[in-house]
Amino acid sequence: MNQEPILATHGLTRRFGGLVAVNEVDFDVKPHEIHAILGPNGAGKSTLINLLSGEIPPSAGEVRYRGKPIQGKSVRQIARMGIGRSHQKTNIFPRLNCLQNCQLAARIHMGGVFSSWRSRQQAREVNERALEVLETCQLVHRAYTPAADMSYGEQRQLQIAMVLATAPSLMLLDEPMAGMGREETAQVTELLASLTDRYTLVLIEHDMDSVFRLADRITVMVDGCVLESGSTDQIRRSEKVRDVYLGRHHEEVMA
Amino acid sequence: MLHSYPKRVYFIMLALTAIVATFPLWGASVFGGQSDFILEKLTLMLILALFAMSLDLLVGIVGLVSLGHALFFGVGAYTLALASPDFSPASLWWMLPLVMVVSAVAALVVGVLVIRTKGIFFIMTTLAFGQMLFYLVSTSPFTGGTDGVFIMFRPSLAVGETTLLNLDDPRTFFYFCLGVLVAGYLFLRWLTRSYYGQVLDGIHDNEHRMQALGYATSGYKLIAFVIAGVMAAIAGMLAAMQYGFANPAQLGWHTSGEVLMMLILGGMGTIFGPILGAFTYEILLFVFEHLTTHWPILMGLTIIVAVLVLPRGIAGLIIAPPGKAELLKTSLLRRLAKGGRKPRTDAHPHQAVMPKGRAES
Repeated sequence: MNQEPILATHGLTRRFGGLVAVNEVDFDVKPHEIHAILGPNGAGKSTLINLLSGEIPPSAGEVRYRGKPIQGKSVRQIARMGIGRSHQKTNIFPRLNCLQNCQLAARIHMGGVFSSWRSRQQAREVNERALEVLETCQLVHRAYTPAADMSYGEQRQLQIAMVLATAPSLMLLDEPMAGMGREETAQVTELLASLTDRYTLVLIEHDMDSVFRLADRITVMVDGCVLESGSTDQIRRSEKVRDVYLGRHHEEVMA
Repeated sequence: MLHSYPKRVYFIMLALTAIVATFPLWGASVFGGQSDFILEKLTLMLILALFAMSLDLLVGIVGLVSLGHALFFGVGAYTLALASPDFSPASLWWMLPLVMVVSAVAALVVGVLVIRTKGIFFIMTTLAFGQMLFYLVSTSPFTGGTDGVFIMFRPSLAVGETTLLNLDDPRTFFYFCLGVLVAGYLFLRWLTRSYYGQVLDGIHDNEHRMQALGYATSGYKLIAFVIAGVMAAIAGMLAAMQYGFANPAQLGWHTSGEVLMMLILGGMGTIFGPILGAFTYEILLFVFEHLTTHWPILMGLTIIVAVLVLPRGIAGLIIAPPGKAELLKTSLLRRLAKGGRKPRTDAHPHQAVMPKGRAES
């Protein structure tokens, strides 16, 4: 795996007042890999994702996407460049139905609203793409259900479908399985596993089984710094990680 | 689907339209000498319905509560008043496009400045712009100050020498306003169900998510702001034609507040609701004004009760009428009439809880 990274950060730092949420992080994502970010609560994982998607500007350091710096660009511009993200909190359009949610996501990346108006061909393509991602996420039977009327797990799946509909070259998923039951978690894990041949993923997740099952590489963060970064096996063997993160985690489980 | 309603909505709206449209036929036999006055009132209601409907695009569809929408109503009225020649009627063929262009420019300028603000800040900035224009026209000599400007001749609609519609005739003007209202309704209905309307729904539900998907939401909101402004200006122009003058009161914040109340009363976000709201508001106003000089108290109470009892307005009542069981539960009178006995439980309580027709909406 000596490919050029699709996304790389150098000395990326974000301060909130006196708190350094993300501290000099060097991080990269290679094409077609799942790069998981692990870390205890408050480690700076979500802040890192927010820096990558442009939701907050960095205090220092830089983010390069396909070799070009992207800091200073708006959320919208970064989204249009092909970085799609899902949020930790469910973030959908509750009054619209499942299909419309995905159509909105697809349309802006397939020529925009007004060309859909002009060209039937494009409107059809948007529709096909929306149905395709619903099928990938096993939501076709819910196509005409308002998003607000679906179960929590289905809403989380819809979130992933919406990111897929934008055909991103890089997907940032912030805890896609948060709050899901065991069965739903397994389902989404399978879904994400099936995406690797076509997509590149950055994944924040607390579910250890899923992370070790899915990830090609793992970066472990503690207190805003990268503690360790490497392949799944390297992380599993790492003493440091065991002490700081897995150790504490297992103690919690024992208690 | 979000903007499709049960068939009964269209049935009721068509029936009401038919009743209003045939008023010139039956008005005289029911109201006698009063019918001319009522025809004038109805014309005004049609105009206000168009005005309320244009605000619904902003408030109900996009979710931007504006307290300065009368600004555009006033721009329409003053454009007509100031551009009309003194000794001959203007032609509607160029007056209407002129009103649309002037109001579009005004909405674009105001919109660019206010569209990035949200919630209370949007309310305050739209209010501020409305009041700026209000004080400008009520103190400037060329707009006639607080007296306003009189319009000596109603614009005419003619081709060459032949008059297409004699708008000076109250009946013809009534039908003309009805036609504009229906056209405005069909336009907004088409717009809200279009791809662009879907984007507005998305912004209403979750603007942040729309940005994260890659939408430049400010641009889409600005387009809606301009469309709403132009429609309000057309309503303002019609109102000025009806009154025969343009007056600062037409663009003050009182007017903005009134039209917002019509919208809330009728049901936001439905497009047809504001039409019902405008008619209901004006009829209530007419009744209360005749009952007492303290009519604002009655009006205020009515609005408060309406908001409490009908959170989705009159439109909500039609879209999802309360089931029998619901009425039984809330109707204290009926319970008293039964002498304190427990009301019989419905055979299918679960069906009754779900108001009929909700599934269709």
